[in-house]
Amino acid sequence: MGSDREHAGGTHDLGRSRTAVAAERVIEAVIRICGFSAIFFVFSIFLFVLLSGSDFIIHRLDIREFLLSPEWVPTSVSNKRYGTMALTLGTFSVTGLAMLIAVPFGLGAAVFVSEFTDGRTKEVLKVVIELLAAIPSVVWGFIGLVIMNPLIIAMFDAPIGLNVLNGGILLGLMSVPIIVSIGEDAIKAVPDSYREASMAMGATRWQTVVHVLLPAARSGLLAAVLLGVGRAIGETIAVLMATGHAVQIPHSPLDSVRTLTATIASELGETARGSDHYQALFTIGILLFALTFVVNLSADLIVRGVRGEQR
Amino acid sequence: MNWMNRGAMGAALLGALSVAWACSGGDSSRVLIQNKGSDTLVNLAQAWAENYRAVKPAVAIAVSGGGSGTGIAALINGTVDIANASREMHAEEKEQVRAHSGKDATEHRVARDAIVVYVSKANPLEKIKLADLACIYAEDGTCQSWTSLGIEVPGCADQKIIRVSRQSNSGTYEFFRDAVLGKGKDFKLGSRDMQGSKDVVDLVGKTPCAIGYSGMGYITSDVKVLCLAKDASSPCIAPTPASAKSGEYALSRWLYMLTLGEPEGDIKGYLDWIVSPAGQKIVADTGFVPVN
Repeated sequence: MGSDREHAGGTHDLGRSRTAVAAERVIEAVIRICGFSAIFFVFSIFLFVLLSGSDFIIHRLDIREFLLSPEWVPTSVSNKRYGTMALTLGTFSVTGLAMLIAVPFGLGAAVFVSEFTDGRTKEVLKVVIELLAAIPSVVWGFIGLVIMNPLIIAMFDAPIGLNVLNGGILLGLMSVPIIVSIGEDAIKAVPDSYREASMAMGATRWQTVVHVLLPAARSGLLAAVLLGVGRAIGETIAVLMATGHAVQIPHSPLDSVRTLTATIASELGETARGSDHYQALFTIGILLFALTFVVNLSADLIVRGVRGEQR
Repeated sequence: MNWMNRGAMGAALLGALSVAWACSGGDSSRVLIQNKGSDTLVNLAQAWAENYRAVKPAVAIAVSGGGSGTGIAALINGTVDIANASREMHAEEKEQVRAHSGKDATEHRVARDAIVVYVSKANPLEKIKLADLACIYAEDGTCQSWTSLGIEVPGCADQKIIRVSRQSNSGTYEFFRDAVLGKGKDFKLGSRDMQGSKDVVDLVGKTPCAIGYSGMGYITSDVKVLCLAKDASSPCIAPTPASAKSGEYALSRWLYMLTLGEPEGDIKGYLDWIVSPAGQKIVADTGFVPVN
């Protein structure tokens, strides 16, 4: 199109018609808006959450009680208490256990898929692992409630099977696909010359993986793990169903807990808009925001540090 | 999972509704009544809605659960026509209804219920005093183990009592708190707070150490119902329709449907049908107690 005008129109617009140039401008503007919209959305959500909790935060929030008291009794008639310590520890314990399971499994699977298989096996594995990520979290929660609960009671002689262990295993399995697919990309991105050089020095495949590939891919692998952590912290419905939903500080993996996300999910529907309870739940939202922000920021800093070191 | 069942039933209902709507050719005279609230009432409300279709095909009723607090909040926000509640409205809720709609909320007694206390089949316990229940559930209660109540539960590790309770927007939770623990008291933290009555029954049925409570319509043969004594000298009363009706059973209560102001038109028609013999027969069929 426009090729017959090419000579008549000169060379500075590369022979494109005016409509094509205009269309390009429009497309450029749209793409620019798409790019900046991410910033807009993140900040508006943060602002919305902050403003929804602001009155409570400014006037009635006792920050020490909020962070350090394990007593969450928002519906009490005589003595309302808004302490999130037990909830935060619930989130940490379940996420920590999930990572103990997901990191070895996920990274192991990533190494295997990237280095030790090819052809058909590799394709099948990749597809199946991605399928694992497509299972809705409510289905995971259902598995926790119906299958894992009696199993844990029978295996560990526990009084109840809805606990940190149950939620941790579920969240671990939910995080594995993320860690595998990003970790595999990171390992694959290590130049082949590294592998060839290692082999040429007489290293076995195992030595190559441990001493050459994993160190070379560590920033990508770290990003994979931290995205898995983010997934685990933010997960709601599966942990709501599998952890027993009990406000207490866990002392063992067989204790029931309640997480920050599950608290918001189960209580926000009931509260009158603008009440203290409602705003306290938004304050929990801010706390969650801060936690994931710290995780992401530290990931970013570590990755940068690693890159700087390599240079 | 009761919300899944409910979801499935809701979807089926929706499907049936849309077929009905298509058959009636999008008749504009069709009325949809929104009904939401108490988890205790949700099965009964659904049974009413389904049966009412045969009575008055032009009126469709959409039922959902979520808890008494959720239903009342929806009534305040004006998103439902009828709210279901397993407790009376709080003074501040009544105030909010007035502030938002300019009308007073009207409470309609639609059924009577008893909150049943139960343990697992493995538990040898047969009866319990209100004071013991408070000792187990209340914040200042000291009963941590079954041995402190003088029994031993086979299959229960450490004899530790697993308290199963409800999420805090539940009317059953509030009624139990006020009636058993006393006004102004709180539950001891660390109870397993389930999202619906059916979940409590399921969990207690599977857990030898557990004790739980819920409306009488949800009791299955998987759990063992306890009889309840008001104090050491009182007789132990089992939760039956007769004892719930007379109030002899300590934890009996009314179940309510709430409307904005006095109901009119189709909503009034529906509520009148619910308290009629035909509607109250369904109450008995679903395991609750008719109002008269």
